[in-house]
Amino acid sequence: MKNTWPLWEVFIRSKSGLSHKHVGSLHAADAEMALENARDLYTRRNEGISIWVVESKHITASDPDDSDPLFDPAKDKIYRHPTFYNVPDEVTHM
Amino acid sequence: MNNLNFETIFQSKIDEETKIEPKDWMPEAYRKTLIRQISQHAHSEIVGMLPEGNWITRAPSLRRKLILLAKVQDEAGHGLYLYSAAETLGADRDDLVQQLLTGKAKYSSIFNYPTLNWADIGAIGWLVDGAAIMNQVMLTRTSYGPYARAMVRICKEESFHQRQGYEIMIAMAKGSPEQKAMAQDSLNRWWWPSLMMFGPNDSDSTHSDQALKWKIKRKSNDELRQQFVDVTVPQAEYLGLTVPDPDLRWNEERGHYDFGEINWDEFWSVVKGNGPCNRQRLQARVKAYEDGAWVRDAATAYAEKKEQRKLAPEATAKAA
Repeated sequence: MKNTWPLWEVFIRSKSGLSHKHVGSLHAADAEMALENARDLYTRRNEGISIWVVESKHITASDPDDSDPLFDPAKDKIYRHPTFYNVPDEVTHM
Repeated sequence: MNNLNFETIFQSKIDEETKIEPKDWMPEAYRKTLIRQISQHAHSEIVGMLPEGNWITRAPSLRRKLILLAKVQDEAGHGLYLYSAAETLGADRDDLVQQLLTGKAKYSSIFNYPTLNWADIGAIGWLVDGAAIMNQVMLTRTSYGPYARAMVRICKEESFHQRQGYEIMIAMAKGSPEQKAMAQDSLNRWWWPSLMMFGPNDSDSTHSDQALKWKIKRKSNDELRQQFVDVTVPQAEYLGLTVPDPDLRWNEERGHYDFGEINWDEFWSVVKGNGPCNRQRLQARVKAYEDGAWVRDAATAYAEKKEQRKLAPEATAKAA
């Protein structure tokens, strides 16, 4: 019989104050089992204090072939960075 | 853009050490090579649980038993990290498992050797995991992102595996004369198969050139094997054990150990399925898969039942 358990992506928060970070994937029959399996698979050595699981099919990813038109518009707007501006040496706390 | 351009861009990314990620364009042969290599690696981790599982119930103390259980659980985890990396390339988990169970896919030949006594658990951690680490540390820099990331996790855990093995070897080599003899016997049996883990000599290796160009591999079989011999011989000396190779000697000029010729007939014979435990290993995997079928079915049925219950109140509300 074909294994019909869906694929889940796993995100772990390693400690308070940090974001959840993608660590890998696993198969599970439902969300509860995905959480339990993620606990056993990805946190055997205190790697986390919180787990998110999401079925892989619910993730929409950008196409790497479109990355130029997607991200190009940000490239020439250097005035969005603080280093673009000259602050006189006499001026402090800025 | 035609394929030639894609391929040029792909190779230049590899040359400048940019990782390839799942949705990036890649040559079909790169994808195929990776699926084959990553799944074989995953199968090796899974089959690798068997020789060690053999000794869990007979570990000499509770401490050793807990450690061995944790190690075997890690091997299962490593298999799963790797299957998950292979799936990012479009491989289907069930197909991969079926390839293992039908004998179509290979796994590391080292696991077709038997674990005859407790010293073998020490020798496996020290030598087999030690050899695996040489290969896996290199693979943390492999060009395919998900494979490299899986390797980083694996390497962190393997270090525990090797140290616990060496600790067993120290206990036995510094123990009673009988224990020391067991440790020596174990080294005698595992040394050569461990050197074989690195694969054929570079001159006879079919996949090596392309794998190096694509930076799937970063070092050749012979380079890794030499590196393993160089670090392991002093470790054997510390134990007061003798490496079973009359040709082994330090070569001042090369700055490396010279070592004897591997028995390649034995290597190929085990690869082709005629090692001491090939059939037993595969039977054990097939049995585990078949015996676990009802568990998988029950979990699926339970998940469906829970889903129905969640939907049921909603359906009732709509009807009203």
